[in-house]
Amino acid sequence: MCGIVGLFLKDKSLEPRLGAMLTDMLVTMTDRGPDSAGIAIYGDGNAALSKLTVQSDQADADFATLAADLGAAIGAEVDLRRADSHAVLSLPADKAEHARAALAELRPGLRVMSDGANVEIYKAVGLPKDVAARFNLAAMSGTHGIGHTRMATESAVTTQGAHPFSTGSDQCLVHNGSLSNHNNWRRKLRREGVRIESQNDTEVGAAYLTWKMQNGASLGEALEGTLEDLDGFFTFVVGTKNGFGVVRDPIACKPAVMAETDQYVAFGSEYRALVNLPGIEAARVWEPEPATVYFWSH
Amino acid sequence: MQTIDLATQTLRDMNATLQAQTDQTNATQWDIENPRGAHAIAVGLDAPIEVTVRGSTGYYCAGMNKQATVHVTGSAGPGVAENMMSGTVIIDGDASQYAGATGRGGLLVIKGNAASRCGISMKGIDIVVQGNIGHMSAFMGQAGNLVVCGDAGDALGDSLYEARLFVRGSVKSLGADCVEKDMRPEHLEILRDLLDRAGVDAKPEEFRRYGSARNLYNFDIDNAAAY
Repeated sequence: MCGIVGLFLKDKSLEPRLGAMLTDMLVTMTDRGPDSAGIAIYGDGNAALSKLTVQSDQADADFATLAADLGAAIGAEVDLRRADSHAVLSLPADKAEHARAALAELRPGLRVMSDGANVEIYKAVGLPKDVAARFNLAAMSGTHGIGHTRMATESAVTTQGAHPFSTGSDQCLVHNGSLSNHNNWRRKLRREGVRIESQNDTEVGAAYLTWKMQNGASLGEALEGTLEDLDGFFTFVVGTKNGFGVVRDPIACKPAVMAETDQYVAFGSEYRALVNLPGIEAARVWEPEPATVYFWSH
Repeated sequence: MQTIDLATQTLRDMNATLQAQTDQTNATQWDIENPRGAHAIAVGLDAPIEVTVRGSTGYYCAGMNKQATVHVTGSAGPGVAENMMSGTVIIDGDASQYAGATGRGGLLVIKGNAASRCGISMKGIDIVVQGNIGHMSAFMGQAGNLVVCGDAGDALGDSLYEARLFVRGSVKSLGADCVEKDMRPEHLEILRDLLDRAGVDAKPEEFRRYGSARNLYNFDIDNAAAY
């Protein structure tokens, strides 16, 4: 089943409340997906720096001297900010690929959740309210974000199988549904050089968009491509550095509700997820059409 | 007027209270406040009561309704009035997927738009949609009437049996075995009555009628390609 939420702010005065609003939406969707949860949040960024969000099952040991070890390996200053099993490493943007390779050597058990100037991704197994509390998601601020409560269908209940998936810098995707041709696309995209780390179908959807955009497509064009190339059921909600997109497959079994006001665009699997948003009573609320791409950008 | 506030009372208690009303009840007017998109509001009712839900509902509002009139002042989530037997359900806003699915009787009025699969497998229900409807609506419809004042999406009436479909606007495409049919005087009469009962100001003459070509009633191998 899965629950997905998204919030794209137009009104800067709401930015300090982004994490709190998204967390509330996420927790409301618990009964659509109680096995794991995740959130991607686009916050302050510096184009010269890259933020690598990393996760470890042995966080105490792995994170203790990580900033110094990684800094020495890549010859640059690395800042580390820890949140439970995750840490955000800030380092010069031109060292990001070098840092990934160095991390694989230095801490083989570490997983990179996301990289980019703005995005941070936090995800874990467990009830959404517990996951949100572990990372103190409610305190985060930002311009836009997406979240997911998972009911696993296509891969194991692990942190690695939780959404959102990020396969490109500042890109991420959450998905309600199941793709039926993800194995073929995983092989094809890997041959094209796109990094795919799990057996999860959604990661292939994310990688597909990354590949399209690497080849010059806009977010809107990349989303159009999913309608041609991906088989199965899907409602995708996608984040980029300054954009937010939604697309549903042509059958559109998976539920979706959107709301727009002068202050924000919001997405929820169900209307319940939206009821605490400011001004929702006066918002334009609609169900996105099947096989139709919606996107917004700052 | 009886009021149930879902901010302070449970959904289960609300449904139990409404379901406990009998044919002879004096408590005929009910207000449900703060629905906030909750699921299964006012389901399984079987008494001549009037329930007003002030706000928007989640899945399966007014499902299995019998006798009652349920009025939602906001929008309705998936499966509103599913398997309704009799009575009336009115949605002021939009309805999500499969509104009125498998309904056996009664009247469902949607003042906004209905999404995909509206009236899927309808078995006697009358549905009047003042806006548009989505794809695969009235799929395998068996009896009843679907009236659409706006446009219909893809594959209207796919594998239709005997339900009557009236559309005022455009039809994106017809499903397998669904064809346009003549609007005869008795159909204008049926439609006029439905529009009156739904409170819609539209002329029956503006609508076109669609129904089953009846080629796919029984499986015939020669028709396999048409399914």
